[in-house]
Amino acid sequence: MADITLDRLAKVYPGGVRALHDLDLTVRDGEFFALLGPSGCGKSTLLRTVAGLEAASGGTVRIGARDVTELQPGDRDIAMVFQDYALFPHMTVEENIGYPLKIKKVGRAERAAKARRTAEELGLGHLSERRPGQLSGGQQQRAALARAMACHPQVFLFDEPLSNLDARMRLEARTFLKKLQRELGVTTVFVTHDQAEALAMADRLAVMEGGELRQVGTPTEVFRRPASTFVASFIGSTPMNLLPGRVTGDGTVRVAGGELPVPDEAAPLAEAGEEVVYGIRPEYLSWSDSAADGAVSGTVSVVENLGSAQLVTLEPEDGSSVQVVVPEEHEPAPGTRGWAAPRADRALLYRDGDLLAARAEAGTAAAPLS
Amino acid sequence: MAATTSSAEQAAPAADRGPGNAEGREPERDAAGLGRRRAAAFVAPALVLVALFLVLPAVWTLYLGATDYRLTGIPAIDPSFVGFDNITKALGDESFLHSLRLTLLFVLGSAVIGQAGLGFALAWWMRERSGWLRTTLEALVMLAWILPSSVVAFLWIAFLDRDGGTLNELLRTPGAAWLLDHPMLSIIVYNIWRGSAFSMMLYSAALGNVPASHLETARLAGASGFQQLRDVVFPRIRGHILTNLLLISLWTFNDFTPFLITAGGPDGKTETLPVHIYKTALGSGELGYGAALSFLMLLINLVVAVIYLRLLGQKNRKKKTRTARGRSAEGARGSELEESA
Amino acid sequence: MRTPANPAAALLRGVGVYLLVALTLAFFALPMLWLASAPFDKHPGITVSLPDFTLANFERLWNNPNAVDSLASSLILAGGSAVLVVGLSALAAYALSRVHIRGRDGLLYALLLLSSIVTGTAAMVPIFLLAAELDLVDSYLGVVLVLTGGLLPAAIFILKDFMDTTPRSYEESARVFGASPLRVMKDIVVPVVRPGLATVGVWTVAQVWGNFLIPFLLLRSPDKSPAAVVMYTFYTEGGQPDLALISTFSLLYSLPVVLMFLFVSRRYGFRFHGGIKA
Repeated sequence: MADITLDRLAKVYPGGVRALHDLDLTVRDGEFFALLGPSGCGKSTLLRTVAGLEAASGGTVRIGARDVTELQPGDRDIAMVFQDYALFPHMTVEENIGYPLKIKKVGRAERAAKARRTAEELGLGHLSERRPGQLSGGQQQRAALARAMACHPQVFLFDEPLSNLDARMRLEARTFLKKLQRELGVTTVFVTHDQAEALAMADRLAVMEGGELRQVGTPTEVFRRPASTFVASFIGSTPMNLLPGRVTGDGTVRVAGGELPVPDEAAPLAEAGEEVVYGIRPEYLSWSDSAADGAVSGTVSVVENLGSAQLVTLEPEDGSSVQVVVPEEHEPAPGTRGWAAPRADRALLYRDGDLLAARAEAGTAAAPLS
Repeated sequence: MAATTSSAEQAAPAADRGPGNAEGREPERDAAGLGRRRAAAFVAPALVLVALFLVLPAVWTLYLGATDYRLTGIPAIDPSFVGFDNITKALGDESFLHSLRLTLLFVLGSAVIGQAGLGFALAWWMRERSGWLRTTLEALVMLAWILPSSVVAFLWIAFLDRDGGTLNELLRTPGAAWLLDHPMLSIIVYNIWRGSAFSMMLYSAALGNVPASHLETARLAGASGFQQLRDVVFPRIRGHILTNLLLISLWTFNDFTPFLITAGGPDGKTETLPVHIYKTALGSGELGYGAALSFLMLLINLVVAVIYLRLLGQKNRKKKTRTARGRSAEGARGSELEESA
Repeated sequence: MRTPANPAAALLRGVGVYLLVALTLAFFALPMLWLASAPFDKHPGITVSLPDFTLANFERLWNNPNAVDSLASSLILAGGSAVLVVGLSALAAYALSRVHIRGRDGLLYALLLLSSIVTGTAAMVPIFLLAAELDLVDSYLGVVLVLTGGLLPAAIFILKDFMDTTPRSYEESARVFGASPLRVMKDIVVPVVRPGLATVGVWTVAQVWGNFLIPFLLLRSPDKSPAAVVMYTFYTEGGQPDLALISTFSLLYSLPVVLMFLFVSRRYGFRFHGGIKA
C-alpha cells in the first residue's frame, strides 16, 4: 500500500498546449480519491501521467517511497481500469483476469487458480469461460476490476469506470465499487465528470479546471463550501444560486431585490459598497408563503417535482431567478408569490469568483464529516 | 436520433484526452510505447522490399525512357541517351494516342460506370435482404472476382466463341463473332463482370454506416427512393465513393487481362495502354520507347489520382468545419443538409 | 412503411426488380457454367451442355506431370508471398498507425499508386534486369520478392485501417500490466486484427495465384512454372487447345483459392474495412 505524491507535475503537449500546470497533490494511503472536472480540464491527462501512459513534462510522481516519474507503466506497480474496460475480446474472462500474471511469468496452474479465485470473489465464477462480448455491461466492469485486482497492485487507477453503464447499473456499481475499495484498502484514484459520482464514492476529491486544481477536500467540504464560483456551479445536482449583489453598510447584502445578512465568516472582509456574489444552495433556502425577514421574494414560475420535494424557480422583480428546494408539505402553484430565506450558516459570499472567508484556506479543516 | 447522441456522448470524455484529440480521432497515440526507433525497425523490412522491387524499377523505367535501349541490335549493348525524344515522339504517335483513348473508354465504361454502378446497385439491393437468392448472387459475384485471371480469360473466350459459345447458343445467334465485331464492348462487359465485387463489398460496408434513423427520417418526410439516395445516402458515403472510384480506375487503367482475351486485336481495336506498352517493349523490342510510354502512363495515373484525392480532401475539410461548428446533433444535421443541397 | 398508392404499380415494380436480379444472376453465372460441366464431359466442347459424365479427364490430368508440378509451384509462390506480405505489412502498418511520421499519408498514397502501375507491364524490363543483377532469375525467391514488393503498399494500406480502428485502451491496458511492445503486438494486436490479416492473406494468395506476368518473365525452367503459366501449354498435337485438359485443370486450379476464400469469409468475414476509409 502506498500514497501518491505529485510535486509540481506539469504536462505540455507538443505544440505548446499546457494540459497540467505544476500540480501539487497528495493522495493518502488507502484513500478513494476522485478527480472531477468538465471535459478538457486535464483530469484524464493527470491520471494517465500517473499511470505513465503520458510522459510528464516537469515535476515528479511518487508512489510510496519510489519516484516513478521516469518508469514505464509496467514498472509502477499500478493497475488501471479503462472507460471501455479494455477487456481483450479474444480471451475468456479467466484468461483476461490471468493476463497480468502471465506477463509476470506466473505459472499456468497458479495463474488459473488465482484468476478463478478473483473471479469468484467478484461473483463472476460462473462466467469464467465466456468472452467479454457475451457479458453484460456490469459483468464486463467486474471482469475489468478482477483483472486489475489479480496482480495486487499498490494503486488502482480508474478512468470513468461507471460511464459505460446505464443509469440503474451505475447506482449499483457505485455502491459495489465503494465497498470493494474499502475492503481491499488499496489507494485508488478515479476520474469522473459526474459530480454526483464523485461526491458519493470518494473519500476526498479534487475539482479541476483548465489544468489546475481548483479545490481539494472531502465531498462535504467541497459541497458545503466551494472555494470558487466555478466549483460552486459545478458541484451539486441542483446548481447553487449565485446571485450578484452589493454589500451595504449595515451588515447585509442587497441581492435579488431583498436584503440578506452577510455570512459571519465573510463579515470581517466584506467592505460596504463592494460588488459580490451571494451563494446559497437551493437545499439551504427555506420556503415561506408569507412575507418574511431576511428573505428574497418573487413569483413562482416553474415547479419541478423531485419526488420527495420540489424544485421551485422563483423570479424576483429584478429579473434574476432563484431556485429553492421546497419540502412536500408545501405546494406552491406557479404564478403565486413566495419567500425564500437562507440558512445563515450555509450562505457564502464570493468576491472576484473566490470564497470570502476569514479563515482563508481553512475550509479543509472546518466542517466535520457528515 | 439515437446514433448521433451516443457518438456525441463518446466524443465528450474522449475530448478530455488533451489537444491531440481535439483534431478528431488520434491514431498516432503511441499506446504500446513503441517509440520512434522501434517503429522505424518495424517499418524498415517492408520499406526495403518496396524500395528495391517497386521504387527502383520505377526509377529505372524513368531512366530507360530517356534512352534508345532496344531488345536487339547495337542499342541493346550500348544504349545512348536521347533525353525527351521518346516523350515527344509518343505525344505525336497516333498509335499511342489511339490506345490512350481506348484506355480512357475502358476505364470510364467498365470501371467508373460499370463496376461502380453495378456494385452499388448490388450493395443497395442486398442491404436489407437475406436468404438463398442474396447468398447465391453474392457468391457468384465474388467468385467472378476471386478466380485466377488465366481461367477467367479462357472462360470468356469460350463464352463468346463464334461457333458454339454459350452466348450464341442462348441468343440463337450462331456465328456472331463478338470478339471480332464488338471487341471493346466485349472487354468492357468482361471487366464489369470481373470487378464489380470490389465495389459491391466497399459500398455494402459504406451503406452499413448510414444510420437507419437518417433513412427513416427521410422516409417520414416523404422522400422517394431516389431522393433518399440523393439527400441521405450519397452525402454520407461520398468518401467511400471517391476512394472506390480512385482504386478501380487505377486498377482498370493498368489491367493486363484484356490481352489474355483479345491480345489487343483485332487490328489494335482493344490495344489499351498496358497492352500497347507490352507490344512495343517486348513485341517490337523497343525497350527505351516502351519505358517512356510507361512513364507517361504513370503521369496520367498520377493526374487521375490527384483529382480524386483533391475531391476527397475537400470533403475532409468540410467535415472538419462541421465538427468545429458544433458538437450538437442539431449542428451536424444542419450542415449535412447544406452539403446535400 | 409507405403504402403504395397503386398496388398494381407496386407489383409491377416488384416484378421489375426481380427480373433485373434474375438477369444479373444469369450474367454472373453463365460464363462460369462451362467450368462446372466441361471437366466432367467425355468430349468437352466449347459449348455448355449436360456432361456425358466421366472422371477420366482428372485421371489424364493427374498423369500429366507438368500439371501437378505447376500447382505445387503455385503453392510455393503463393504461400511464400502470403507469409512475407502479411508479416511485413502487419509490422509496418502497426508502427505507422501508432507513431506519427510526417508525410506518412502522402507516402502511402504514392506507393499505392506506384504499386498499381509497376506490378503491371510498365516496369517489366527493369524488373527483369534487376532480377538478373541480383541473380534471382529462375528462382522462386525472385518471384516471391518481386510480387511481395508490389503487393506490400496495398496490404499496409488495408491493414493500417484495421490497426487504426483498434481501441488504444487494449494496448495501454496490457502496457500498464508490464507487457513489452512486441508482447503487446503478439498477445493483443495480432489476435484483434486477425480478420484484417486473414483478408490480406487471402487477397495476397489470390493475387499471386493468378499472376501470369512475373513468373512468366522470371522463371525459365518449365518445371518451375506455376499454374497460371502452364495453362497456356495444353494443346493437342494438332495445335488445338486441349479442352479436356484445360477445363479440368482450370477447375483444380481455381478450387484452392475459392475454398480458402470461403473458409476465411465464414470464419472472419472477408472485408477491407476499417479497410478503406472515407
